Amino acid sequence: MRADRILLAHGSGGTMMRELIEECIVPDFDDDALKRLDDAASLDMPAGRVAFSTDTYVVNPIFFPGGDIGRLAVCGTVNDVATSGATPLYLSVGFVLEEGFPIEDLRKVMLSMKDAAREAGVHIVTGDTKVVEKGHGDGIFINTAGIGHLAEGVDLSGSYVRPGDKILLSGTLGDHGIAIVSTREGLEFETSIETDAAPLNKLIANVLAAAPGTRCFRDPTRGGLASTLNEIADASKVSITVTETAVPVKPQVRGASEMLGYDVFQVANEGKMVAIVPAEQADAALAAMKASPYGEDAAIIGEAGDGRAGKVYVYTSFGATRIMDMLVGEQLPRIC
Amino acid sequence: MDLSGFRDPEIARGLIDAIDVAAQHLSRPVKIMEVCGTHTVAIAKNGLRAVMPDNVTLLSGPGCPVCVTANEDIDVAIELAKQPGVIVTSFGDMMKVPGSYSSLAKEKAAGRDVRIVYSPLDALSLAKKTPDKQVVFVAVGFETTVPLIAASILRAQEEGIENFSIFSAHKTVPKALEALVNDPDVEIDAFILPGHVSTIIGQEPYEFLAEHYKVPGVITGFEPVDVLQGIYMILKQLEEGRAEIEIAYHRGVEPGGNPTAKALVEKVFEPIDADWRGIGVIPGTGLGIRAEYDHYNAVKRIPVTPPEPKEIKGCQCGEVLRGITLPYQCKLFGKGCTPEHPIGPCMVSSEGSCAAYYRFTDYGREG
Repeated sequence: MRADRILLAHGSGGTMMRELIEECIVPDFDDDALKRLDDAASLDMPAGRVAFSTDTYVVNPIFFPGGDIGRLAVCGTVNDVATSGATPLYLSVGFVLEEGFPIEDLRKVMLSMKDAAREAGVHIVTGDTKVVEKGHGDGIFINTAGIGHLAEGVDLSGSYVRPGDKILLSGTLGDHGIAIVSTREGLEFETSIETDAAPLNKLIANVLAAAPGTRCFRDPTRGGLASTLNEIADASKVSITVTETAVPVKPQVRGASEMLGYDVFQVANEGKMVAIVPAEQADAALAAMKASPYGEDAAIIGEAGDGRAGKVYVYTSFGATRIMDMLVGEQLPRIC
Repeated sequence: MDLSGFRDPEIARGLIDAIDVAAQHLSRPVKIMEVCGTHTVAIAKNGLRAVMPDNVTLLSGPGCPVCVTANEDIDVAIELAKQPGVIVTSFGDMMKVPGSYSSLAKEKAAGRDVRIVYSPLDALSLAKKTPDKQVVFVAVGFETTVPLIAASILRAQEEGIENFSIFSAHKTVPKALEALVNDPDVEIDAFILPGHVSTIIGQEPYEFLAEHYKVPGVITGFEPVDVLQGIYMILKQLEEGRAEIEIAYHRGVEPGGNPTAKALVEKVFEPIDADWRGIGVIPGTGLGIRAEYDHYNAVKRIPVTPPEPKEIKGCQCGEVLRGITLPYQCKLFGKGCTPEHPIGPCMVSSEGSCAAYYRFTDYGREG
């Protein structure tokens, strides 16, 4: 690469764009289907149903403690596909780059995408790059779409939850949101908290094998656990009660949340999974979670009930009950 | 500092039991008002109202600085944002608060340069980076935040930053409590006094409540155990017929407050009258920028004429702020007025009592 920053010509469809793709993007991803540079990738798929998901990543800053937008873009879509119970197989990647974006930063992002894809066992097989004029983007936006294979009989939905089902959480809450906000200009505070961005497809597969009656998986990203549980309670017409003392939270995250006036239940996560399982399979599901990568801090945090449909309650450590409400309004800064 | 002890359920339950016992000795039901938004949230978030005895009512007062900001002040901030070459900055909670006709968030969406900052020093940095713009910081808050605002003005002066100014809508707490005590519509037996404000001003400014009005007050911290301890100390005073200003928040508050911070505020600001939403003008409860710092006074630098203020129809934030009406008793609560579509400021601000009731209780929700 002769240029050290993205130029408008890199999105022109001409020689500079080809140079960017061939010298900077394809070698990093190192995938046979991608190397052909066809407009569409031809893929082998097992027989059966397909799970398909897409997400766009606009996080600011793009590099943050423990990760970057690239890792987020792979893990986020892998997890979205995996929550359906599918095995994620292939990803597409679309970049929107702002004129002036450093090529070196692009390379860093590519490498972390490559590492995350390898860890998740998925292939990045097709992509696209667009360049927008300076001031019309924010450095880099990434869209990823993912395809996964759904095994026979796997049918999960947030509307399948029944009273008595147990709520499992795969680890500590709020790490990602606090890691991002700790880098915000004017808010820098000393913290050892890093993003939890991680691919959870193996964890999900293990839980599903141990607890085949699992009703649903959800990754509590934007809006945190509160939004996830409210959506499920609403879809299933059940109440949900979470026991506050059972929810794992790192002390630094709790402290930072309180300092910033955040409700830790509403803080974003990028490497956590909620599983809702029938009560009789809860212990098996928890053991499988704890034995999985990224699941060592897993806990049973609550259960579904037949109280007011669509409501989520927190049973506080003092024996009082309060509502766990969804996040209202915008989250600042952008977190994913 | 390790605060885990202040969240210890066992200690909390012990205090709840002690509160129950103290309440049994009261000769009549009592109403205790907290006057700090952080207390409002702590009480709601920890479900503390639900564990109070039947004869102890916790009321939320005018403790959220965003909520008590008068319509007219919001209108001035909006007019400032409309001026060419001006960047208006403020804390996030100010963005959605409705003025008479608009809000800063609506003005931002309409293309005005309005930005959220976390500190006035952020606004000062922005002024340095954008020398061709006038950067105005809309400053709302009680005594807690004023020293930092004063410091930002002094720093701007030291560094010769000419394009930075403050629109001061600050308010001070003690005289507002006096206005509440003197309000015939308001029934308050005691105050949970604000911990952060008292860190700056200390204990003395509240003494008149006990001496002159025989109303007890306890300066209280913000963890659940802190709040319960504050309530317990108040009940003991009421039970024993005492009226004193006590400190339960010793780890944060010295009786004399913070002399350095007080001197800083004194240097830059002077008391002026302030218009409180729902209460009206309370003499001496505002803080105006002294004349020698006129250059950093936004309303002097950039004179604006806001339109005739208009109150929000049906909104009872004024009564809510005085503890006369509980949030869920307002006709708009949970119907026309929700955190997603707030009508009044008490539902907008994260520390507003309506928002706290809506977020953490079942009130106002269908189903």
